[in-house]
Amino acid sequence: MKIAVAIKQVPLRDSLLRVNAAGTWIEEGNLGFEINEPDAYALEEALQLREKHGGEVIVISAGPARVSQTIREALAKGADRGIHIDVATIDTLHIANLLAAALKTEAPDLILTGLQSDDLGYGQTGVVLAELLGLPSSTIIMQIELQPGKVRVKRELEDGWFQHIEMPLPAVLTIQSGLNKLRYATLMGIKKAKTKEIKVITLDGAAEVPPASVVIEKIYAPEKNKQGQIFDGDPKAAAAKLVEKLRFEARVL
Amino acid sequence: MSVLAIVEQRMAGEVLAAAQQFGTSLGIGVKAYSIDLPYTADAYTAAVEELIRNVNPSLVVFGHTYQTRDYAPKLAARFGRVLVSDIIAGKPPVFVRQMFQGKFNADVRLAGDGPHFVSIQAGAWRAEGSPQVETFSPSSTTSRQVAEPPFREAARAVDLTAADIIVSVGRGIKEKENLPVVEALAQALGAELAASRPICDSGWLPMDRQVGSSGQTVSPKVYIAVGISGAIQHLVGMKGAKTVVAINKDPDAPIFEVAHYGIVGDLFEVVPALVEELKKTK
Repeated sequence: MKIAVAIKQVPLRDSLLRVNAAGTWIEEGNLGFEINEPDAYALEEALQLREKHGGEVIVISAGPARVSQTIREALAKGADRGIHIDVATIDTLHIANLLAAALKTEAPDLILTGLQSDDLGYGQTGVVLAELLGLPSSTIIMQIELQPGKVRVKRELEDGWFQHIEMPLPAVLTIQSGLNKLRYATLMGIKKAKTKEIKVITLDGAAEVPPASVVIEKIYAPEKNKQGQIFDGDPKAAAAKLVEKLRFEARVL
Repeated sequence: MSVLAIVEQRMAGEVLAAAQQFGTSLGIGVKAYSIDLPYTADAYTAAVEELIRNVNPSLVVFGHTYQTRDYAPKLAARFGRVLVSDIIAGKPPVFVRQMFQGKFNADVRLAGDGPHFVSIQAGAWRAEGSPQVETFSPSSTTSRQVAEPPFREAARAVDLTAADIIVSVGRGIKEKENLPVVEALAQALGAELAASRPICDSGWLPMDRQVGSSGQTVSPKVYIAVGISGAIQHLVGMKGAKTVVAINKDPDAPIFEVAHYGIVGDLFEVVPALVEELKKTK
């Protein structure tokens, strides 16, 4: 069983984000980065499937040079090798095309990725990847059961409903956070990761770049339109104020 | 040229209203279809592809449902396009969508020829009237996915929908060992304890205490969100609360947008102070 996991590097969860001078993206200068959370669950699921069924886990990520650190961390958790597509674009279709080209030669039995990214949040790279590779896909997956030549998954629907879907392998699945328990990298894992292979694919401007069908014109903080009463400063004073408001203004206590 | 609305039961009225608005701004008509097939990703991708080739729309509008998320990106890719997903406002060719978990909005512009593809966020457009929806039956259907009937897990042990007061906890609590901090608040208020998804994902609280799009939808008298940033998936589950209180250290957290009252501060200082205050004046 050869499993590929497509991961994305995103700003650290608690980062203080600022819009860049051009107003078209965030200021990345002083930010730390980490694996996109749903992708971490996809990686964990791949590692657990390998432990159960044997085989190999390959992590693949597209992004600038800094992405190699996140790939290295995935290797430290137990992935066998990495592929880094060194590219600056954030266009979904372009990224998916690059991932598809790299994965075609790998021909994995199963491709996993998180259901959406914490930055752009389009929630479609995995599904588009399946289309480009001509593979069946299913999304928002909570459970994976491998059977000979096929996979049976539990897919999340709205309002606490679920559905089982079966499809032939190879297939692409997008993973919902929380379907497993994430592991930490061990010291031994971190040591081993240093000797694992990360294949770097550079584009040298030779590859054809499809024109983007969607362009980010501007990003900005959402307008504040709610007139809530917000207290700050001394916690005790703020707490007293809030209780008073809830009792005598909202009259809900 | 037309705007094509793809209608499923969920969000039908909202999708039609948005499509109508986009059609008006483009000066073209709207055609609305529901797909006469049991859902699988393959079957719907092929069916809507056929429909698009028949109708030749310049814009295709979906509701941002779990079903849309499952196949519309694939369909858009088939036309060399990216689905502009989960839009909250705008009209062609510029739409507004949230990025970075709701911390920012982005204006995104459609480039190149149609068809373009957008999905609208639940609650962003108001459903209006009862327009005509036609049914489309594709000429043939094949699917690699085989779908079993939807099901619900065993009955929920906790019914949050009946609670008058809910204290809900999010990532800000940092560790499972810190839960007693919010439990004390729930106890002081006689409230049910709930949580945002990451807390249940981590197994710190059982899944049936989750509020949000994949959990329970609640409308208590008071909803106190502690250390919850307010991602849209959470907000849809609690927007109906009569009074929303937010406690968060980040003054820019989206939860303050829906809060009637809020405290910006460290929950580990604010929550114990609240508990003390409640006990004092009882």
